[in-house]
Amino acid sequence: MRQLLVNTFPLARLILRRDRVQIPLWLLSLLLFTVAVAAAFPELYPAGPERQIIAQTFTNPALISMLGPAYGIHNYHLGAIMAHQMLLFTMVVVAIMNILLAIKHTRRDEERGRIEVIRSLPVGRLANAAATMLVLACTNAVLGLLVSIGLGLLGLEGMDWTGSFFFGGALAVTGLFFAASTLFFAQLTETSRTAMAYSFGFLGLSFLLRAVGDISSETLSLLSPLGLVLRAQVYVENHFWPLGTALLAASLLTLLAFRLNTRRDLEAGLFPAKQGPSRASRFLGGPLGLVLRLERTTIIGWAVGMLVLGASYGSVFADVEDFVQSSELYQQVLPDIAGASILGQFVAMLLSLLPMLAAVPALLVILKLRAEEKAGRTEHLLARAVTRVQVMGSFLGTALATAVVMQLVGVLGLWAAASAVVADPFPLGHTLLSSLAYVPAVWILVGLAALCVGTAPKAAALVWFYLGYTFFADYFGSLLQLPAWMARLTPWGHMPNVPLEAVSPWTVLATLVLAVVLMTLGLVGYSKRDIYG
Amino acid sequence: MAVLRVNNVTKRFGHVTALAGINLEVNQGEVYGFIGPNGAGKTTTIRILLGILQATSGSAQIFGLDAWRDAVEIHKRIAYVPGDVSLWPNLTGGEVIDFFVKLRGANHKSRRDELIERFDLDPTKKCGTYSKGNRQKVALVAAFAADADLYILDEPTSGLDPLMELVFQECVQEVKAQGKSVFLSSHILSEVEKLCDRVSIIRQGQIIESGSLKELRHLTRTRVRVETAQPLPSLKELPGIHDLEEFPSGAAFQVDGDKLGDVIGYLSQFQILALESAPPTLEELFMHHYKGAE
Repeated sequence: MRQLLVNTFPLARLILRRDRVQIPLWLLSLLLFTVAVAAAFPELYPAGPERQIIAQTFTNPALISMLGPAYGIHNYHLGAIMAHQMLLFTMVVVAIMNILLAIKHTRRDEERGRIEVIRSLPVGRLANAAATMLVLACTNAVLGLLVSIGLGLLGLEGMDWTGSFFFGGALAVTGLFFAASTLFFAQLTETSRTAMAYSFGFLGLSFLLRAVGDISSETLSLLSPLGLVLRAQVYVENHFWPLGTALLAASLLTLLAFRLNTRRDLEAGLFPAKQGPSRASRFLGGPLGLVLRLERTTIIGWAVGMLVLGASYGSVFADVEDFVQSSELYQQVLPDIAGASILGQFVAMLLSLLPMLAAVPALLVILKLRAEEKAGRTEHLLARAVTRVQVMGSFLGTALATAVVMQLVGVLGLWAAASAVVADPFPLGHTLLSSLAYVPAVWILVGLAALCVGTAPKAAALVWFYLGYTFFADYFGSLLQLPAWMARLTPWGHMPNVPLEAVSPWTVLATLVLAVVLMTLGLVGYSKRDIYG
Repeated sequence: MAVLRVNNVTKRFGHVTALAGINLEVNQGEVYGFIGPNGAGKTTTIRILLGILQATSGSAQIFGLDAWRDAVEIHKRIAYVPGDVSLWPNLTGGEVIDFFVKLRGANHKSRRDELIERFDLDPTKKCGTYSKGNRQKVALVAAFAADADLYILDEPTSGLDPLMELVFQECVQEVKAQGKSVFLSSHILSEVEKLCDRVSIIRQGQIIESGSLKELRHLTRTRVRVETAQPLPSLKELPGIHDLEEFPSGAAFQVDGDKLGDVIGYLSQFQILALESAPPTLEELFMHHYKGAE
């Protein structure tokens, strides 16, 4: 064992040196975000009977499926609000941070041949994996501690020190668990892309398992790491066992990953690479064929994901309906709102969530053009009889079509599952059509990415930050009562609340024109600039 | 007739001048060597020729067309092998070759299969599992399967084994025999010496020497070893003599190309018994030029 870990610490220092900007930036943004939101709560939710009414609305299954189980309802203090509204979301962000960092230092370094150089030195076989886990464990611990202290120092009503440490602890444990699971997936696959896909797929599955479980089955939620950690009931009960169990599971997963790591060959996955066809199929005959071939796994994988997501939310329709019919509060306080329109609101909320998720694979496709350039593969096309417009156009066309497919598949999944549990949940044709109103908005993001790739390729990754912002502004816009201009800065902020509101053709036209202008500028820029790599 | 003409091309990346006014001219049916140390600007030149980079000033023309503006028209008639061949890891070598051939709009199945056999490549393997040499073979097969008028090859053999290097040299000679032109950037001087009609040497973004190998040799020194019947007086004072070694029976030295006649004339007074003279190898030429300006 000792032999396997020789020189782990110098490698850990190397990782810290390489991420000396990235890790502090993650920690600082997470800390500032959590503390700033908590600090805004006293004003948003003044004590009094209104708060109890708000508490009742959070028992709505539709909201539970998004935010996690409601607890501490009888005495809904700021701590309970904080945990209920913020913990799950922050946990997901921490999980994303861990997945990205873990892949970067394991499978990606291996794929790039960097680990080979390291392994030729007197370094243990497990040293790199161990160093990565060590750095991530420390990062998560520091994050947990910072957030705990930050929240504790605020000293708000219901947010005592114990609860604050549980809040920070929940984040740290979640981060560690997803670091461990990513390390595990990195042993199975040969490429960092596939490892990334497995890791994010696992995160998505955890979220959906919890969404369905929180409403209909406690066991299902306990199977999801996110659901498990939420059972700590931070700020209300402060149970330790969920955090302990998750920590234990993370440790076991790490050991399993280590074991796989020592048994496999360097740069190999668990499954050997298969042989392939010796001739190209007829489809692989031009740049478009190439893009479809390269991106087919991404597109199919996401489409399945969108279908499952839609279906998961569709499956809770019956609970939402029951809730509306049985809730005295809804009957008393909101007598005008019939059950159907609560469901309608639920559908509208889900419909507004779909384009943000549909934007991810669309952006992956268009930003692949930049990745290809960096890898030095664009020149294979450009050195042959292919114009730059053809090259970028193929990526753009695929990205645009991807956005449409994802949106439709998501709605179909929702409808299919919903109609299985409720009779006639919503009109499919009308909803499909009105959900398409969001597509030009997704295309604006694609156009923005195209503009970056065409004119400022180094800035292309910033589009992800913008997508993150649009998610933040939309998802938290109403929860945190953010100013209206923040939503106006996103393409979704200008969309009608479909299918409840009618779609104005002018809105569609305006977004469409903007998207086309951005893409055209991108194409022109791409045709004019030097290609690097 | 010139198929490739580079006229006073300069390329700047920000404040860095990668190419400072270079000139090149490749004639039809000619194999042209382009040699220079790492970072001299070889690949930058080739990328400008391919219209992947735009020259800051000057003009680069292939077949009389502008390398940047008419890139696609030009590319229908050229074949290119990059120095660092990066391929799609999840596609097989066979798929990539077919794809490249199709992109040019041509279909040369028989030639493709013949070349795959000659280069001893397994086309069913995924590119991610290929070694550097095998990735290079994929690019070479795709290039030579194409019926091009000009082949632009950027250090195409840096990963090949000696046997495959021979196959490569055969391929170059075959296309040359068909009257095609080849622009070959290389580090392997024996290869350039064997294949090329003319050569340009680039250093720090400038062409420091151009011409046929014969012409270039004239510019440099010849190595001479001589034995004479009568003892030689010291040759130290003679103009154009370098690296002189004197033995009791003769001497060995290098002599500047333009002084060779004078020196031999002088030596003949002492009854030459044996005379060896060797033209400088390309390697010596190369070293001479690289060290020259340090």
